[in-house]
Amino acid sequence: MNSTPVRRPPPRGKVHVPTVTLAHGGGGKAMRDLIDDVFVGAFDNPLLAPLDDQARLGLAALSSRGDRLAFTTDSFVVDPLVFAGGDIGKLAVCGTINDLSVSGAMPLYLSCAVIIEEGVSMNLLRQIARSMAETARAANVQIVTGDTKVVNKGACDKLFITTTGVGTIRPDIDLGAHRARAGDHVIVNGLLGDHGATILAARGDMALETPIESDCAALHDLIAALLEAAPATRFLRDPTRGGIATVLNEIAEAAQVSIEIDEDRTPLRPEVRGFCEILGLDPLYLANEGKIVAVVPPEQSDAALEAMHAHRLGGEASVIGNHLR
Amino acid sequence: MSNDSGNGKQGSGLKYVDEFRDRAKAQILVKEIGKLAADIPLAQQRPLQIMEVCGGHTHSIFRYGIEGMLPKSVELVHGPGCPVCVLPMGRVDDCVAIAERPDVIFTTFGDAMRVPGSRKSLSQAKADGADVRVVYSPMDALALACKNPEREVVFFGIGFETTMPSTALTVLQAERDGITNFWVFCNHITIVPTIKAILDSPDLALDGFLGPGHVSMVTGPAPYEFIARFYRRPMVISGFEPLDVLQSIWMVLRQIKEGRCEIENQYARIVPEAGNAAALKAVGQVYELREFFEWRGLGSIDHSGVKMREAYARFDAERRFAVPNVKITDPQSCQCGEVLKGAIKPWQCKVFGSACTPETPLGALMVSSEGACAAYYQYGGKRTGEAAAAEAETA
Repeated sequence: MNSTPVRRPPPRGKVHVPTVTLAHGGGGKAMRDLIDDVFVGAFDNPLLAPLDDQARLGLAALSSRGDRLAFTTDSFVVDPLVFAGGDIGKLAVCGTINDLSVSGAMPLYLSCAVIIEEGVSMNLLRQIARSMAETARAANVQIVTGDTKVVNKGACDKLFITTTGVGTIRPDIDLGAHRARAGDHVIVNGLLGDHGATILAARGDMALETPIESDCAALHDLIAALLEAAPATRFLRDPTRGGIATVLNEIAEAAQVSIEIDEDRTPLRPEVRGFCEILGLDPLYLANEGKIVAVVPPEQSDAALEAMHAHRLGGEASVIGNHLR
Repeated sequence: MSNDSGNGKQGSGLKYVDEFRDRAKAQILVKEIGKLAADIPLAQQRPLQIMEVCGGHTHSIFRYGIEGMLPKSVELVHGPGCPVCVLPMGRVDDCVAIAERPDVIFTTFGDAMRVPGSRKSLSQAKADGADVRVVYSPMDALALACKNPEREVVFFGIGFETTMPSTALTVLQAERDGITNFWVFCNHITIVPTIKAILDSPDLALDGFLGPGHVSMVTGPAPYEFIARFYRRPMVISGFEPLDVLQSIWMVLRQIKEGRCEIENQYARIVPEAGNAAALKAVGQVYELREFFEWRGLGSIDHSGVKMREAYARFDAERRFAVPNVKITDPQSCQCGEVLKGAIKPWQCKVFGSACTPETPLGALMVSSEGACAAYYQYGGKRTGEAAAAEAETA
């Protein structure tokens, strides 16, 4: 008998219709073609290629990179699907990478599950899959398994994406809110509220035009540079939904500290401030998708800031406040 | 805030915002307020009580921590000027009843979504399948009506003179365009009879008022003259930035010190002496005073609400949908009424922060960001309140 593993032929599926229909979720050839055409072609990596029901990850390679796995999942339901500075695909990849990264983990593998409402344009789906692939490639992570469902019109809003991710944490890294101390500095890597303002403006309800773009970005590289420069960093959070104010409240509760932030040092784009003034919003509660809040001991604060300033995602980094007991 | 608005791009610089949030100037004003208060004999016997009538001021006062900057001899009483907060439960029930009709698209400003009714809020009604949509202007509701001719589009008209003109102008537009599937559920109210009711209330000792800024932008200062003339209380119409509020408090104190009772206008950059004639004309054309209107916590107040005139009956949701209009008493544990009258502080309410929180509001003052209770809760007043309560117990 031939002992070579049986491999399916390389993907040749091609979708020729302009929109997704329920047939693309039916499990037959149409579904296989959709997966091949839209996703496999874009994601293209050897772990995904066999298209089995699971990706198989070698333990030895993982354990050589660290002593713990970080494991996280997040669902993305943003409306509109495409916005200034990104789209739901980029968001789904960056969001899960960032959720891994704030533990100090190096993100490695992602899964991607999509729920598609029938009637969604095939080209839009291709665009979003390409965006996921490009974002993942740039971040050096692989999308290794996935799932596709198509639902009736009205059963979901165009497209929902769930990404799950794993990464490895080096033995010397231990970040946690419990490590915060009085006098610690609170640092953010840049301008706050851009994503939230972009999405609100893009929904078009307010008929406001703004030059604001989402800050959507994968932060693991910036975080690696930060931890290199300031190894005593206490912990990190990404201030997504609920904004910086919600994260600071969570930190204060978890670490049982008070936090005072300085309005003058809180980086805000004048356009975001103006947008918030007009709509009566508080920019500190707007979502960010490319920001971290770092709690750093005061003696390493300068080094942390310098490392951030040197990185393309940290040019506007600023110490915004202190922990008080 | 950084003042780096100098990139020359239009819209990036915030005129009249940064100027009115200047920290150094605020500190000077606080000092001057302290000096003035020290010079007023009455303030040495008991704290002077100044009511900010408008919910927008309540929000500013908490957001910028103004209450904590004032000397102990000056107290702010948070008035009834948040239209969402004073909306009685029965009216919310009426909204829900209209919204739950299968042909209706019910449109509302966002802050009314979570106000509790006796059965449910509009937000719960939406979750249960009613077509409830948040709009930012009544014109958005009218646009929905044009786009959905087979549906019945109802706009929830709420607010004081600030929002009254925009609803009135939308009705006039609907008339001009011959729209037949658009109605307004009119719950607009007017502040003057309510200030009068407060001044007539025996359990209240107010020394002066901060007058509403945005209402006055429409009405001008004239409607408040009776406060100075008959009730002998000073009022200063105030803007909403921290320096506006501080300067207005200073102006009220100066009147008290000099024994004057006048309606002064601190917000002259927005509030014209004659009000807005075009807005007032539209309001007069579309609405007439109701005999009385029910206010949450304050009860029924004569002539404090408006309804649509007969000539615009075909846009009146109250006539179109025969709403239940049942009077629902507020929950017994809820003390919104006493807070609204300034008789107790929000944290002195029995259910503040326990049964009643912004997530699960029992009373209306916990719902809107302009409500005194929500403001206390959100901006740390809860802890301040608890500490003060503990202090009072040990004393």
